[in-house]
Amino acid sequence: MKARIHVTFKAGVHDPQGKAIANALQGLGFSGIDAVRQGKYIEIDLAGSDRAAAERSVKDMCAKLLANPVIENYRVDIDAP
Amino acid sequence: MKAAVIVFPGSNCDRDIEVALRQSLGREPQMIWHRDTALPALDLIVVPGGFSYGDYLRAGAMAAHSPVMREVIKRAADGVAVLAVCNGFQIATECGLLPGVLLRNKSLRFACRDVHLRVENPYTPFTQQYDDGEVVTIPIAHHDGNYFADDATHRALLDHDQIAFRYCDRAGALTPDANPNGSLDHIAGVFNRDKNVLGLMPHPERAADPALGGNDGRALFDSLVAALS
Amino acid sequence: MTTSPGATAITPAVIAQHGLKPEEYDRIVAAIGRAPNLVELGVFSVMWSEHCSYKSSKKWLRQFPTAAPWVICGPGENAGVIDIGDGDAVVFKMESHNHPSFIEPFQGAATGVGGILRDVFTMGARPIANLNALRFGAQDAPKMRHLVAGVVAGIGSYGNCVGVPTVGGECTFDPSYNGNILVNAMTVGLARADRIFYARAAGIGNPVVYVGSKTGRDGIHGATMASAEFDDKSEEKRPTVQVGDPFTEKLLLEACIELMATDVIVAIQDMGAAGLTSSSCEMAARGGVGIELDLSAVPTRERAMTPYEIMLSESQERMLMVIAKGREAEAEAVFRKWELDVAVIGRVTDTGRIVATFDGATVLDLPVEPLADKPPLYDRPWTPIARNRPPVPALPETSALGPALLALLGSPDLSARRWIWEQYDHMVMADTVARPGGDAAVVRVHGTRKALALSSDCTPRYCYADPEMGGRQAVAECWRNLTAVGAKPLAITDCLNFGSPERPEIMGEFVGCVTGMAEACRALDFPVVSGNVSLYNETSGVAIKPTPQVGGVGLLAEANRMVRAAFRAANDAILLVGATAGHLGCSLYARNLAGSDVGQPPPVDLAAERRNGDFVRGLIHARRLTACHDIADGGLLVALAEMALAGDVGAAIGTSPATAGPAFWFGEDQARYIATCVPAVAAAILAEAHAAGVPALRLGITGGNDLTLDGVERISLHDLRAAHESWFPAYMSALSD
Repeated sequence: MKARIHVTFKAGVHDPQGKAIANALQGLGFSGIDAVRQGKYIEIDLAGSDRAAAERSVKDMCAKLLANPVIENYRVDIDAP
Repeated sequence: MKAAVIVFPGSNCDRDIEVALRQSLGREPQMIWHRDTALPALDLIVVPGGFSYGDYLRAGAMAAHSPVMREVIKRAADGVAVLAVCNGFQIATECGLLPGVLLRNKSLRFACRDVHLRVENPYTPFTQQYDDGEVVTIPIAHHDGNYFADDATHRALLDHDQIAFRYCDRAGALTPDANPNGSLDHIAGVFNRDKNVLGLMPHPERAADPALGGNDGRALFDSLVAALS
Repeated sequence: MTTSPGATAITPAVIAQHGLKPEEYDRIVAAIGRAPNLVELGVFSVMWSEHCSYKSSKKWLRQFPTAAPWVICGPGENAGVIDIGDGDAVVFKMESHNHPSFIEPFQGAATGVGGILRDVFTMGARPIANLNALRFGAQDAPKMRHLVAGVVAGIGSYGNCVGVPTVGGECTFDPSYNGNILVNAMTVGLARADRIFYARAAGIGNPVVYVGSKTGRDGIHGATMASAEFDDKSEEKRPTVQVGDPFTEKLLLEACIELMATDVIVAIQDMGAAGLTSSSCEMAARGGVGIELDLSAVPTRERAMTPYEIMLSESQERMLMVIAKGREAEAEAVFRKWELDVAVIGRVTDTGRIVATFDGATVLDLPVEPLADKPPLYDRPWTPIARNRPPVPALPETSALGPALLALLGSPDLSARRWIWEQYDHMVMADTVARPGGDAAVVRVHGTRKALALSSDCTPRYCYADPEMGGRQAVAECWRNLTAVGAKPLAITDCLNFGSPERPEIMGEFVGCVTGMAEACRALDFPVVSGNVSLYNETSGVAIKPTPQVGGVGLLAEANRMVRAAFRAANDAILLVGATAGHLGCSLYARNLAGSDVGQPPPVDLAAERRNGDFVRGLIHARRLTACHDIADGGLLVALAEMALAGDVGAAIGTSPATAGPAFWFGEDQARYIATCVPAVAAAILAEAHAAGVPALRLGITGGNDLTLDGVERISLHDLRAAHESWFPAYMSALSD
């Protein structure tokens, strides 16, 4: 199984990277950009086939290491094998 | 020689380069704000180190698309010498002035320290006051200095004597420990094919005053002054 | 929180949530003659927090000497200012960012650097150096590697990006910091003495201008968090930590310095902890005026922000300034050039009140004086500290010096910190003439012959065992480190990190340390010009060791007279300056032997400190020394090894005095230096020392690839280097938790 994890800043947390990307895109002439948020994307290959257990385990990984719940949210998607 | 230093809002080695150039040149280089895209007549353009626009996407990526860099690319095509140091090197690769790319250091950590470099091509305006194979000591200070190029690009660099400096040990040997960031083939600096553009991660401007712990970078500025005056 | 300040009833629970005691609330009501609304309560809570008001510490801080002919501005402003001649001034301060760094090490440490940089450039100074002091828990404590990695990377990322070299600091490990690491950051800046900017609002009708990042809901109530101890649940109710934006900081720095070259700015203050609240209240209080704010005009990052949130937000990279009326366009042009948000959000009034409106309605109307100048001050009960310490155990045979030295040099507290400082750009600005790893860092005053020596010091194990002696020692060691490079020590900043002042024992530690520091500052002519107090550094009732961090600045009138700790060459005579009694109490050697700290710390004789230091500085100034190093943690043999390793030159130490033995080699007696000189002048120097009442003796001669003791014991530099350099990388390579 493959876990696909998106880690992003929580709503309201200042995201200097996103802001800088938005400015640069506007500078290149791309219009209609309201806001940009930047995050991390992580893939984990998992042994076993118990999807619910995998999801619990990956969420635990997120809470303990992959994200800092103080400032970041995470979303976990588990692909079928 | 007419020299100018491009100043981005996040440049922070602009003054250091200014001091080193003044020392070799005997007068002030011109400091050019990144929005002033109408460049005067110049013999040398320096793209200095720092964090140009914050480097929040990829090092140098945003500066590479700035209007002033479009002007620098035009001048380089006309044969004007361009020296791109550290973040300047990252910008130069992002905008296609130089081949390859600077990845995150293999250690994943910022690295600030003296390194030894071997002069690989002393037959250019940038390096003519060095000897072939001379070992010099110059500091690095970067998070993304791990030079990478695909096989074809690497072969072309070798075929056209485009490698300017390689990381080496004190004796000039290319040992694994002497490579501070994981760069391909120990590459610390490269030329374009015409040898009028040099990009390098080490900071020669920080080694142009014995009081700072080294003077090995001075010959680079002296070479430019001698070649372009 | 609600948008309408009147909508939330001010219940005892709401008061407690704001960290205010019932009697403090009564005091607020008495001061303003009515009950506060929620916005006003929030404003009082941050202004009266320990962090902003120094309510537990002020009584004791008054002991510090703060004046000297070279002091331009002492404590009370954003940073201290001293005169270094020729119209140049140095602006510096140290501050803590302990709690945020424990919660989110990278961003917490990074924003700590950002905050202290702003404190310095807000006074008109260009920052030229950063230092830090890091105290981590036991090396094997949970998450400790993760904290070390995050804090170091965070400090580096911010300073490196802004382009200010991080040139020095301290880092130690001790279990008392397991739940409360300390991250203290110091910035040193350079200004013209006649162009210092103060946070003193003036000029009725002058506009109040906001510049920098937009305001978000960052760290609301951060200032009160920094004043409340952790418990085990705080991990869950973690509040928002700010994310640093060093690029915007760089823009703000350059824009402020550019505008400061004009006479547009009347007053300026960083919006740090407690943001708009503390900057507006403190500027009004210092100027004896009032300020009126239109909170609707504040640039905001998020939708539907309430007046409460706007007043209390701790969003980073923001400045508040009062500018001369009619000069708005000039200020705006500079800030637009640097692509910063700028807005006129208020004006100076003659009411002595801070008044804020939002969408036309008044949401806050308070007298400035009780807020800023009349916080409750506490004379907290304290008990003098007299600890019953286990004695230093019996010493082993003297023949084991080599292994003992290798063990010390390879220990967490003495091993090389290269892993840390190579992550900091310590060379940018091209004026760093003494890099990290020596006694004091030295940076040139750009374009002059002068240089500044900078050092950050404290020995918490001494402070815990005997707070007063520990306080003295922190100041004395800083003074000694500056002296050892040849600088004249001028002044200090401090960052006083302690547990909860509501416990008499902790208060006793605080009183003892401050008293000892004040004694040393007076004896050494080393006034305190700025500082910060960080209390409540405890978790579940376990406090940190008292850690009164001292950051000192010294002046080298001629940078090229500086000496380094590194042995310069072979065949230099090695001299020991200062008396060696062999004091092993609280030494690292005794700790290694006993498994924990034992005995009392070494006595600090301030008269001897001054005499010995002045003597050594005179020798350096006269260019008679080739190297010099202060003797500190680990004692004489560790200092010798450090000098040998730095120079890659060994030494042969001759027959040692009668006291030789582990106590001689590893005792941590104070007021001592190792100096080297060409052999021809050694006898004259010893004679002059004798005449000046300075104990001094000849230890041996430099040269070779080993440290040789009494011709018997031989320790190779290769082995010493391996021990010294390997611990930190090996420790961090196991980063897995």
